[in-house]
Amino acid sequence: MSDITLHIIDRKGKQHQVLAPTDMAMNLMEVVRSYELAPEGTIGVCGGMAMCASCQCYITSDHDIPEMGDDEDAMLAEAFHVESNSRLGCQISITEQLDGLILELAPE
Amino acid sequence: MIHTDILIIGAGPVGMFTVFEAGLLKLRCHLIDALPQAGGQCSEIYPKKPIYDIPAFPEVLAGDLIDNLAAQIKPFEPGYTLGERAETIEKQEDGDFIVTTNRGTKHKAPVVFIAGGLGSFEPRKPPIENIASYEDHGVEYIIRDPEFYRNKRVVISGGGDSALDWSIFLADIASEVSLVHRRNDFRGALDSVEKVVELTKSGKINLITEAEVKEIHGDGNVNAVTIRHKTEGNIIKKCDHFIPLFGLSPKLGPIGNWGLDIEKNAIKVNNSLDYSTNIPGVYAIGDVNTYPGKLKLILCGFHEATIAVQYAYKLINPDKKYVMKYTTVGGVEGFDGTKKVAKKSEIIKINLEPKVHALEV
Repeated sequence: MSDITLHIIDRKGKQHQVLAPTDMAMNLMEVVRSYELAPEGTIGVCGGMAMCASCQCYITSDHDIPEMGDDEDAMLAEAFHVESNSRLGCQISITEQLDGLILELAPE
Repeated sequence: MIHTDILIIGAGPVGMFTVFEAGLLKLRCHLIDALPQAGGQCSEIYPKKPIYDIPAFPEVLAGDLIDNLAAQIKPFEPGYTLGERAETIEKQEDGDFIVTTNRGTKHKAPVVFIAGGLGSFEPRKPPIENIASYEDHGVEYIIRDPEFYRNKRVVISGGGDSALDWSIFLADIASEVSLVHRRNDFRGALDSVEKVVELTKSGKINLITEAEVKEIHGDGNVNAVTIRHKTEGNIIKKCDHFIPLFGLSPKLGPIGNWGLDIEKNAIKVNNSLDYSTNIPGVYAIGDVNTYPGKLKLILCGFHEATIAVQYAYKLINPDKKYVMKYTTVGGVEGFDGTKKVAKKSEIIKINLEPKVHALEV
């Protein structure tokens, strides 16, 4: 397994190119936290249970991403700043298919 | 004024376990929490989720963990101030602290433990530009007294249980209830959803789905909202109250202004010794603290609580000698008069007549 490259646009609009491992059972929210691209306490607040929407992001590249589960769908029904390409980072696992993914963090 | 030995801010698992460890040292505790029940995130966010890393529990539901902790600390008779947020802390001349809540309840203690987790849970406020200026002038995030809405026109937004349940409840009280939800489906309990559908059919609830409240209008007090519908565009809805019910999210809140060293939304503590903060007598344990290598795990919070309590004891009783005792040896003696202690092993005496046997030659 190798690392993949992600392009993450932080909440201030700055783009970061980062490497993410595919073999550590990580998700997008955890990658953002591991690179400290959003202050602690403002992302992944619920710990990754799809219960707070603090890891909401907009997927702007044309990747094939696994479909939303019920928890994620329900949370996004209640979240703010939701767009048609909104996803919860904590619900998207890092896999090789995501290489080159571009995502933008939603406002806090 | 409530007096105690250790005042604990935050009644989550770590705050609760502090009561046990303090009780072993004969220290009494009082807990303050902004939520109306003990248990913190475990009760509020994920009571039905399993936790797998509590030592000796291969699997335990968060809600059950809290029930067990409540039972474990009951003999130590903790006091609770629930549904109130710790607002201010003042150091007294006698060395004690006075912590006052948003409702004015005062607590006095020589030692304060902050076990505040991610902070206090506060309503999630929709991003509407002028919403803050209408708070308490027609915009309410929490329904305290339903009678307040009698014969008023109310717009509720949200799609979870509280939005559904309050729409149902207020349908009989308010003169008009509109429920605005972004989706066409609801994630609330099935019977609540059915009841809302029924009340919508009978005209008691005005259900507006695939729509969002985007603007608030009024002159000091709310008199209308603009609802943006997915296909029908903007609708101006006259109303007296707008109640957004989008759940709760944690905020560090007033603790952030207490003069504590804060880093990354957490309180810096001395992890090489006692989990003390920069204010002598104030400790921070559990998810609310930070130090090199910090892990936000319940099990780490239990450890931190246990260590910090030993130092709190020394602070409260500077002249007393004490060594840590195992509960297996010392048992657990509650303030309520109960005593748990290991059963003595039974020794059965066999009374046999001593006999002198002749030696056979």
